[in-house]
Amino acid sequence: MALDHKSQPAASHGHHSPRLYIIGYISSIVLTAIAFGLALSHTMHFGPLLVVLMILAGLQIIVQLFFFMHVTESDGPPYHSIALVLGLFFTFAVAIMSVWIMSFGSQVS
Amino acid sequence: MLSGIGNFASHFFVTGDPMIYGADASILLVSLGILFVLTRYRKWGWLWQDWLTTVDHKKIGIMYLIAALLMFFRGGVDALLMRTQLAVPNNHFLTAEHYDQIFTTHGTIMILFMAMPLIFALFNIVVPLQIGARDVAFPYLNAVSFWLFFFGAMLFNLSFVIGGSPDAGWVSYPPLSELHFDPGPGENYYLLALQISGIGSIATGINFIATILKMRAPGMKLMQMPLFTWSALSASIVIIFAFPALTIALALLMLDRIVGTHFFTILHGGDPMMFVNLFWVWGHPEVYIVVLPSFGAISEVVATFSRKRIFGYTSMVASLLLISVISYFVWAHHFFTMGAGADVNTFFAIASMMVAIPTGVKVFNWLFTMYRGRIRLELPMYWALALIVGFLMGGATGVMLAIAPADYQYHNSYFLIAHFHQTLIGGVVFGLFAGMYYWWPKMFGFKLNHRLGVWAFWLFNIGFYVCFMPQYALGFMGMQRRMYTYPAGMGWTDLNFISTIGAYLMGLGFLFIVAQIVYSIKFGERDLTGDPWDARTLEWSLPSPAPHYNFAVLPQVTARDMWWELKQQGRTGDLRPTSEDLKPIHMPKNSGRPFIMGVSFFVAGFGFVFNWYPIAVIGLLAVVVTLITRSFEYGDEYHVPVEEIQHTEAALGRLS
Repeated sequence: MALDHKSQPAASHGHHSPRLYIIGYISSIVLTAIAFGLALSHTMHFGPLLVVLMILAGLQIIVQLFFFMHVTESDGPPYHSIALVLGLFFTFAVAIMSVWIMSFGSQVS
Repeated sequence: MLSGIGNFASHFFVTGDPMIYGADASILLVSLGILFVLTRYRKWGWLWQDWLTTVDHKKIGIMYLIAALLMFFRGGVDALLMRTQLAVPNNHFLTAEHYDQIFTTHGTIMILFMAMPLIFALFNIVVPLQIGARDVAFPYLNAVSFWLFFFGAMLFNLSFVIGGSPDAGWVSYPPLSELHFDPGPGENYYLLALQISGIGSIATGINFIATILKMRAPGMKLMQMPLFTWSALSASIVIIFAFPALTIALALLMLDRIVGTHFFTILHGGDPMMFVNLFWVWGHPEVYIVVLPSFGAISEVVATFSRKRIFGYTSMVASLLLISVISYFVWAHHFFTMGAGADVNTFFAIASMMVAIPTGVKVFNWLFTMYRGRIRLELPMYWALALIVGFLMGGATGVMLAIAPADYQYHNSYFLIAHFHQTLIGGVVFGLFAGMYYWWPKMFGFKLNHRLGVWAFWLFNIGFYVCFMPQYALGFMGMQRRMYTYPAGMGWTDLNFISTIGAYLMGLGFLFIVAQIVYSIKFGERDLTGDPWDARTLEWSLPSPAPHYNFAVLPQVTARDMWWELKQQGRTGDLRPTSEDLKPIHMPKNSGRPFIMGVSFFVAGFGFVFNWYPIAVIGLLAVVVTLITRSFEYGDEYHVPVEEIQHTEAALGRLS
């Protein structure tokens, strides 16, 4: 790709204005700061806090995918959609099963 | 003042053990020797321009291979030290503390700094040539990956002379690996070194997925790709989804140790079991990452040396992909005894057993490929056959371990040790050695000597069974892993002694491989045709070693095993360029920055290991500088002029 595609004029990729990246960068920092602030300030109860943090994490994923990884653009076969579906599948499988495995702690203690 | 320096030095350098002093002296002598030779023969420029700054996938692959063999030596010496200690009861060859350090470095080095670079060596050397590409998708990133791996490995190896080795096992479970129980820099070395080389591994995974999906020769469909390329693709998929879990686990443990957080300390609401969980979320897929390319290499070797196309290509591809998916659903079998409950254990036990199905498909397909084939017993085929036997046993004992209730008996016993050495040596090392022998002529232009290779093969193989078969029995007799000595009356003495003999036979086998390489550099049979094995895939259509741009003219692919098809149809001339066909070839320029970035990461890592933050910050700043200068780099590519290609191809006698 680096070798042969670049010799042709790049049609659909490249050439984003810096604005897109700056918006993405700032929003990712803001999301992280909110999460840290909430976790450190102890103003919310544990249950609601958990839900809010999960939502923030989900938003963070969307920001990364949209602003930095350009999921909405592609040329050629939709490999990135397959990769994304597979990634989501693994992520949720690993997260949910980890909760399942680790829930023994609540029975033990 | 002087006593202050002396005090510092005695903590900074590892002191007190004559073996360590020996190592210090030999490291110093070898380093001085290298410096002397490079200066004496004026090779610094050659080293820098041809190797340290290269972005050529073939050269990067060769550097991975050299590093892997060196690390194999280091890990092997660790193994022999352990087996020497265990040869007789109540032995005082090593102290308990020293033994802990050695089993930790042995495991870590063999998995992360031997097996990983060995698969990356084969990926780099083989995949672009097999798919008819001129380099990987991101050649610069490829060089970055290599240097991160290399300096991660150097940082890890530094530990045993400076500061002390990690000693909490290669899994490094808290609470043992927390600062409170394991003070000193040893554990930090482990965390930082793995973190740095892990970044490189993820980048390599991304690189090869992009290369395989985007850079295949015109006409090559996915289902026409050689099986080694398929195995590289599935291993890369596993890499990019599994390694982040390790990154997180190590980062959290590092925060615990350096910043004082409590992710894994139970007294402050943390949970050490979460580290175990995260570690194996990565750890189990990791063993499939190293075994899948080995399967891919065996598939190529078996087809070539049976002179048949591989039996059941589609099922081979399906089983590769299936293994890489199932590998995510088995990790809890590493801690059945944690007590997560019967339902959890049942799920993971059944998932673990299911891995045997696609693996079995592969074994049968290799056997059916050999069935009625014209088998030639060359060195790669020796190792392929050995893999089938060795891995079969390792796999079968794996299914035994997967039975959760029975695992309560085997857990962390020598039965487990014997099992995973049988899969990792019998499955990974044998397969990668087969691949190394098979592709060696393509890398260097000569074959490795057959006679010495057969000696190495039998010594290593017989040693392998002599070493590990007794350990299955020892496991049943109650011997636990990681014990540094044992009393005389346990009935373990004879079996342990036999096992030690086996380990030394394997060491001898490795020495024969070294001798074989040294001998063959001078006397090995030169490969003038580019196709010494009468093989099937596109890399063998090129001269050995291939020119730096690989293909003067990109091949048009219409079939699986394209090179074999062309040979059958007498059309091999199709891949030879004519002067009119040649166009300038677009290639990446060399860059010294990946090397400098590796050095910077090394400096930063070293600073964190000793909590010397100014040094760490300097290292990290240097990393940032390399990133920024890269961002503003334009014109990092050039065109190879037609005259140069003409000249090179004519010199190889390929211009028609």
